[in-house]
Amino acid sequence: MNKEISLTVNGEAHTVSVEPRLLLVHLIRENLNLTGTHIGCDTSSCGACTILMDGKSVKSCTILAVQANGHSLETIEGVSAEGQLNPLQNGFKQNHGLHCGFCTPGMIMRATELLASNPNPTEEEIRWGISGNLCRCTGYNNIVKAILHASATMQGLEPASTEPQFV
Amino acid sequence: MIPQSFEYETPSTLQDAIGLLEKYGEDAKILSGGHSLIPMMKLRFASPEYIIDINNIPGLDYIKEEAGLVKLGALVREADVEHSDLLKTHFPIFADVAKQIADPQVRNRATVAGNLAHGDAANDQPAVMLALRASVVITGSAGARIVPIDEFFFGFYTTAIQPNEILTEIQIPVPPSGTGSAYHKLERKVGDYATAGVGVQLTLDGKGICTAIGIGLTNVNPVPLRAERSEAALLGKPINEATIAEAAKYAAEDCNPSTDLRGSDEYKRAMVAVLLKRMIIKATERALA
Ligand SMILES: Cc1cc2nc3c(=O)[nH]c(=O)nc-3n(C[C@H](O)[C@H](O)[C@H](O)COP(=O)(O)OP(=O)(O)OC[C@H]3O[C@@H](n4cnc5c(N)ncnc54)[C@H](O)[C@@H]3O)c2cc1C
Ligand code: FES
Ligand code: FES
Repeated sequence: MNKEISLTVNGEAHTVSVEPRLLLVHLIRENLNLTGTHIGCDTSSCGACTILMDGKSVKSCTILAVQANGHSLETIEGVSAEGQLNPLQNGFKQNHGLHCGFCTPGMIMRATELLASNPNPTEEEIRWGISGNLCRCTGYNNIVKAILHASATMQGLEPASTEPQFV
Repeated sequence: MIPQSFEYETPSTLQDAIGLLEKYGEDAKILSGGHSLIPMMKLRFASPEYIIDINNIPGLDYIKEEAGLVKLGALVREADVEHSDLLKTHFPIFADVAKQIADPQVRNRATVAGNLAHGDAANDQPAVMLALRASVVITGSAGARIVPIDEFFFGFYTTAIQPNEILTEIQIPVPPSGTGSAYHKLERKVGDYATAGVGVQLTLDGKGICTAIGIGLTNVNPVPLRAERSEAALLGKPINEATIAEAAKYAAEDCNPSTDLRGSDEYKRAMVAVLLKRMIIKATERALA
C-alpha cells in the first residue's frame, strides 16, 4: 500500500505518495528528477548515491524513501547558491578532482559533512573520511587535494598550489 | 535492485512495536539501521512481508553510565560510538572497532544493537561484546529479560531474540582501573568484512597478574567465538611471551574458519594467532598507561 510522505529537499517541501519498497535514491532521481545523485553499485559500497539527511551523509540506495518522511535532505543540486560554485566544487575544479565525474556528487556530499564536523582535517583524516566513496578514475590524490583546498578556502586561508603533482 | 513489496509500519512507542511483532509474527522484521537488512532485501535474500521501522521511537539513542554498567540504547549508531567521550574513557576498544566497521556513511545509520541482532559472525561488534562480557536486554510483551552475550548467538543469522521481541539495550560492565582493551581485524580493503578479527579486554593487578580477561573472535567460526582456552591460559598469570604464545596457539586451534575468497582455513588460523598476540600486547599497554 502506498504511503504519503512529506520531506524537504534542498529547501523545497515535497509531498509524494510512494510504495514502501521505493529506495530513497529512486525517489530523488525518478520522482524528483534530481539526477545528480548517482547509483554505482548494488551492494551499498560505492557512495555515488551519497546525500545529506539532516546534515548527515548517508547512502540513499540503502534507505527507504518512506524513511525520509519528515526529514530534510540535501543533494548535489542544492550546494551552489545562485549558480556560484561552492568551495568544495571549486576545489574539485581547481585540482582536477574529477575525471569522468561519476563519483563527484557523492564525494562532494560526503566531504560536506566531513568539513562541517572537522573544518581543518589532515590528509589522513580526509582519506578515512572518504573511505565509503569509490572513484575509478582519479586515484584519489586530487580528490584529497580538492578537499584540502576547500578546507583552506572556507577558513579564509590561502589554498596550496593547484599545480598537478605526478606521484 | 528493488526489494519485494512489503507493508511498512512506523510505530512511535516500544509497546506499539512489540504489539505489531505479536500481530505479524515471523512475517515481520525490525528495521533499525537497515544496513544489513535493506541490502539483503535488495538482493532478495530476505523478503519480509512487514517492516517495522523503530527509528521513530524516541529515547532509544542513549549512551549512559548507571550502577556500574554502561548502557547503550537500541538506536545508538556506530558513529555515536565512534564519538562518545563516555565510551572513550572506559573502553578504548570502541575507538579501534568503530573505525574498522564499514565506512562513515554506513556508520551514520548502522546501529550497534542491529550489528548484534543480525547474528552474523562476520560482524565486528559481537567479538567486542564477548571481550567486554556484555549482556543484552531483550524486550517482549511479557517484559524484559537480560541475556549474557555468551547465550545470545545461536547460529547463522539466529540469536536469542524471538520473533516477537526487540533488542532494546546493551549493558557493559564498567571495568576496574588497570584494565585495557583493543580490537583489530585483518581486512582486504576498507569496508570489507574481517578475514579474521580479535577483541581483547584484560585487567592487571599491581603485580602484573591478569585478574580478568575476555577474548572474542570475528569471522573465524560459524558463530562469534569466545576463545575460552586462551582466556584460561592468561587468567591468574603474568602477561609474558610464554603466556601470550600459549593463548595465541589455543585460539588458532579452537576456531573453525572456512576457506573462502579471503583466505584458506590455515591462513586464517595463523592470522588469529598473530592478531591475538598483538591485541594482548596493545590491551596490556593500555592497562598500564
Ligand atoms: C557496505 C557495508 C559494509 C559493512 N561493513 C561492515 C563491517 O566491516 N563490520 C560490521 O560489523 N558490519 C558491517 N556492515 C554491517 C553494518 O554494520 C550493519 O548495519 C549492521 O550489521 C546491522 O545493523 P543495522 O542497525 O543496520 O541493522 P538492520 O539492517 O536494520 O537489521 C539487521 C537485522 O537485525 C534485526 N534487528 C535490528 N535491530 C534489531 C533490534 N533492536 N531488535 C531486534 N532485531 C533487530 C533486523 O530485523 C534484521 O534482521 C556493513 C554494511 C554495509 C552496507
Ligand atoms: S549506489 Fe553504491 S553505495 Fe549507493
Ligand atoms: S572521476 Fe570517475 S569515478 Fe571518480
